[in-house]
Amino acid sequence: MSSSDTLLDVRDLSVRFRTRDGVVQAVSNLSFTLRRGETLGVVGESGSGKSVTSLAIMGLLNRTFADITGEILFEGTDLLKLSPSELRKVRGKDVSMIFQDPFACLHPMYRVGAQIAEAVRAHANVSHSAAWVRAVELLDAVGIPNAKTRARDYPHQFSGGMRQRAMIAMALVHNPAVLIADEPTTALDVTVQAQIIELIDKVKRDFNVGVILITHDLGVVAETASHVLVMYGGRAMEYGPSREIFHAAQHPYAWGLLESMPRVDRKLDVLIPIEGSPPSLLNPPSGCPFHPRCKYRVESCDSTTPHLQTMPDGHDDSCVLSAERKREVWRDRIVKEIDAR
Amino acid sequence: MSAGTTSSGQGPLVEIEHLTKHFSVKQGVFARGKGVVHAVEDVSLTVNRGETLGIVGESGCGKTTTARLLVRLIDPTSGTIRFDGQDITNLSRARMRPLRRQMQIIFQDPYSSLNPRKSVGQIVGEPFAIHRTETDVKSRVQELLARVGLNPEHYNRFPHEFSGGQRQRVGIARALALQPKLIVCDEPVSALDVSVQAQILNLLKDLQREFDLTYVFISHDLSVIRQVSDRIAVMYLGRVAEIGESERLYEHPRHPYTAALLSAVPRAETNGVGSGRHRIVLGGDVPSPVDPPAACVFHPRCPRFRPGLCDVETPILRRFDGDHEAACHLPVERWPMSEEELRRPSAGVEQV
Repeated sequence: MSSSDTLLDVRDLSVRFRTRDGVVQAVSNLSFTLRRGETLGVVGESGSGKSVTSLAIMGLLNRTFADITGEILFEGTDLLKLSPSELRKVRGKDVSMIFQDPFACLHPMYRVGAQIAEAVRAHANVSHSAAWVRAVELLDAVGIPNAKTRARDYPHQFSGGMRQRAMIAMALVHNPAVLIADEPTTALDVTVQAQIIELIDKVKRDFNVGVILITHDLGVVAETASHVLVMYGGRAMEYGPSREIFHAAQHPYAWGLLESMPRVDRKLDVLIPIEGSPPSLLNPPSGCPFHPRCKYRVESCDSTTPHLQTMPDGHDDSCVLSAERKREVWRDRIVKEIDAR
Repeated sequence: MSAGTTSSGQGPLVEIEHLTKHFSVKQGVFARGKGVVHAVEDVSLTVNRGETLGIVGESGCGKTTTARLLVRLIDPTSGTIRFDGQDITNLSRARMRPLRRQMQIIFQDPYSSLNPRKSVGQIVGEPFAIHRTETDVKSRVQELLARVGLNPEHYNRFPHEFSGGQRQRVGIARALALQPKLIVCDEPVSALDVSVQAQILNLLKDLQREFDLTYVFISHDLSVIRQVSDRIAVMYLGRVAEIGESERLYEHPRHPYTAALLSAVPRAETNGVGSGRHRIVLGGDVPSPVDPPAACVFHPRCPRFRPGLCDVETPILRRFDGDHEAACHLPVERWPMSEEELRRPSAGVEQV
């Protein structure tokens, strides 16, 4: 790997929140990298720490309540060490973010074009009219028809899909290097979701950005991500190239997800659920957070803290089972079960 | 009405005919102009005993309104609803009450559909209190809790002490309490984590077998709908675009909208085969139901749109194989098909 295109290098990131009820260990010892032109899909359920990770990268966590340790290196600079004013120069410019609910992110009483123009002027010393021209240009680039007239619309005049397009336009204002998309299609309908997925892919190519796509939808990840990070209980469970994860998953949690998912291309005889429910981060299970629900647990699972390790001829995962056992279960059990049903 | 009189056991459980629901809305600065939301427009369908009818569609397509109409939570503008052989379209509240025991709803959001100030025992026992049918409520409630996979000892706990999946189980226990014939499941797994969804889907399936339940299952998730449904109705902008036996509809969708929906679902393939699938990306968004397009409501987004036909003549549901019906002038000839092929319907209008 050529380290020169490494945009983001997250090392040993941990985030703890102090709350009235105790300390919430939201993210534990998380490491990953993101390169230009790459889409990293971060998959996890609610409480898996995926959104907190993105907020930490964006510098949007209140450091008074959140203890953040580790490093978030953006092109070599540790974002966690920057002062608020230095961080403000990076945020929204080099690293930008789009959120799940585009309506909540647009001011209802300002024209869409004006809000994008404001983002232009936040980081560049240009006139109002030049900023407006740039806003229209971007709205056009993200596929808003009649961008010139639609820029004068208010958010309520936009449909859900168009609002998400406008948010993407706003994120692209300063040609960012990293684009974080937090559940960008969850609030949208299936047909519109397909449009936005294609748009994010196009944006990645046209603007040569690195995309972090946070989602709970394995299908979205399989179709768009080059790399996948599977999170559970604030920890990385599995990390590697997307093809490998979907064709040779190594972690029991990933197996469980693949087995339990209904499919659109055929009706399954049975769904095999993962029993139990996701852990509370206030009072997490000892050892591997997944062990209370894991069908393959061994004795050491409740005492060994999992860390990502590279499997020979495979990718990274944090399960203590031996490489042979993982291959065997995947080949003889999971693949067969998924195919047979 | 005693429990015995209604089990006629013959014919469909629910039949709705030409059901229409309009909501009026105020428009304009001083709310002068009155607009009409065409939420459900001329929908006819039947729900057979013991089956699961899936209703699928995007937001605003009228799937939830249809379900609420068929249990008479709201009143239709026109059309008729028959439940268990009886016309319930115009029944008074008092006459509806005994029937309500036979139709229950499971809601999408297990957080807002349970009263936070009542214990789980009170929530599940409330139907008994309302209908005064049970003497030993507590043991009956505990039985129900156990049946849906909750610990009966948790009778006195409050909703906030449960996870999302467990709360949904409480909602299911409440719906089961009065031994209904029909349960409307309105997006019952959409708010749940992926790893918990399968538990709830399996539970619903087991209960259906055990208690001989009929489900109307509403979802926007095409994978979930395929997994649970015997028959499926695809709705678009208040109308039924296509309806039919589930596997037939998925193997060969006839309506271009169904085809586009199916092709748009992102898939997690594990076998590495590209499967030669084509994604059909529809342009634009769902139009406003206040001012729906003329004739075929799908025509502005349809890849097969033919001017002079689709925007002039309203398509009616036409029968294909079995009970598979679609409302399209230029139905999809075969499946799968690329977007290019879909754009070129075979020359004439296919006759049935």
